[in-house]
Amino acid sequence: MRDRGVIYTGLLIFLGLITFPVWHDLAAGTTSRGPEPILPAQEKQCVAPLGYMRTSHMNLLMDWRETVVRRDAHSFKAFNGKTYTMSLTGTCLTGCHTNKADFCDRCHNYAGVSVYCWDCHVDPKLARRSAK
Amino acid sequence: MKISRKGFLQIGGLSLLAVAGKTAIAELLGKGEGETPSPPGAAAATRWAMVVDSAKCLEKDGCTDCINACNKAHNVPVINDPLHEVKWIWKEPFENALPSQESAYTEAKFRGKPVMVFCNHCDNPPCARVCPTKATWKREDGIVMMDWHRCIGCRYCVAACPYGSRSFNWVDPRPYVAELNPDFPTRTKGVVEKCTFCEERLYKGQAPVCVEACPEKALVFGNLADPKSEVRQLLESHYTIRRRPELGTQPDVFYLV
Repeated sequence: MRDRGVIYTGLLIFLGLITFPVWHDLAAGTTSRGPEPILPAQEKQCVAPLGYMRTSHMNLLMDWRETVVRRDAHSFKAFNGKTYTMSLTGTCLTGCHTNKADFCDRCHNYAGVSVYCWDCHVDPKLARRSAK
Repeated sequence: MKISRKGFLQIGGLSLLAVAGKTAIAELLGKGEGETPSPPGAAAATRWAMVVDSAKCLEKDGCTDCINACNKAHNVPVINDPLHEVKWIWKEPFENALPSQESAYTEAKFRGKPVMVFCNHCDNPPCARVCPTKATWKREDGIVMMDWHRCIGCRYCVAACPYGSRSFNWVDPRPYVAELNPDFPTRTKGVVEKCTFCEERLYKGQAPVCVEACPEKALVFGNLADPKSEVRQLLESHYTIRRRPELGTQPDVFYLV
């Protein structure tokens, strides 16, 4: 048992390394922080109830996409009787979520979910900036 | 009840006769079933088409207003490399655009002169027939539409289109779009694109941007199904030709020469 010191030191270093992400996040204070998306200030109600949008906004957007592109129908009758034009950039991003980075991206980055919407659809804010 | 062999055969024979006779009698008395007459108004109420007045188009030399308007409205990348270029509406020399009209003695005013060409929105589109994912298809109103979400970039349609109206994005097109229009998506690398007759404007009751941009009003857009429409009036009163009609694709773009 002459190697006890070496073995315990090695084990300690190993444990320290393997738990490094935990220490790092504790030190940075990010463990308890959520994605904290910034909700639109001017509009209180989305096109569907909050609970549905939180869990199924992707299904709604897919539905919109199919309806607009393949069936050439453009208006959406919301649950509260309001009618919206089905458009990701025209309605969602222009009307309410004017800052995509603070709304869409925050949650998506937090959850590690990357979407390909923005490979083609243009964030109006970016377009305005590039025009300047 | 006891049934004799003879009785069984008699009943069987009569039943067969009754079944066979029923259709025959129904057929004789007039169409009982089968063909159902189509309800009134079932014929397509809209059939979008374009008439290009080639002579008018040449009035203003070197004009590219329609091309610029289209490129701007649809975020069409301007790539100068002919291997990578993307085109929705472009100029083609008369002899190439309308090869059936070409001869050694082509009228001087058209010889070598550019003709505006774009997707013909064929009645019988070969591109839609070969698309394995139905990313391109023929709409009820005649538009050969594209769903870029569904395009897998196989390029069968590029090979099938006899007019070269389809362009493939070999590179990411975004850096080649001078000014991004947020109202219309760009495309992505690996997707085919083409003119859609501005379907995003038609539902709002607006004409395609190229038609609006043309200073000579050389592009006339309208509904073929409406006998009073401008396109129909033009087609009735003028001699028009279509690009490569011998292929049977039935283009919905007509040229006045």
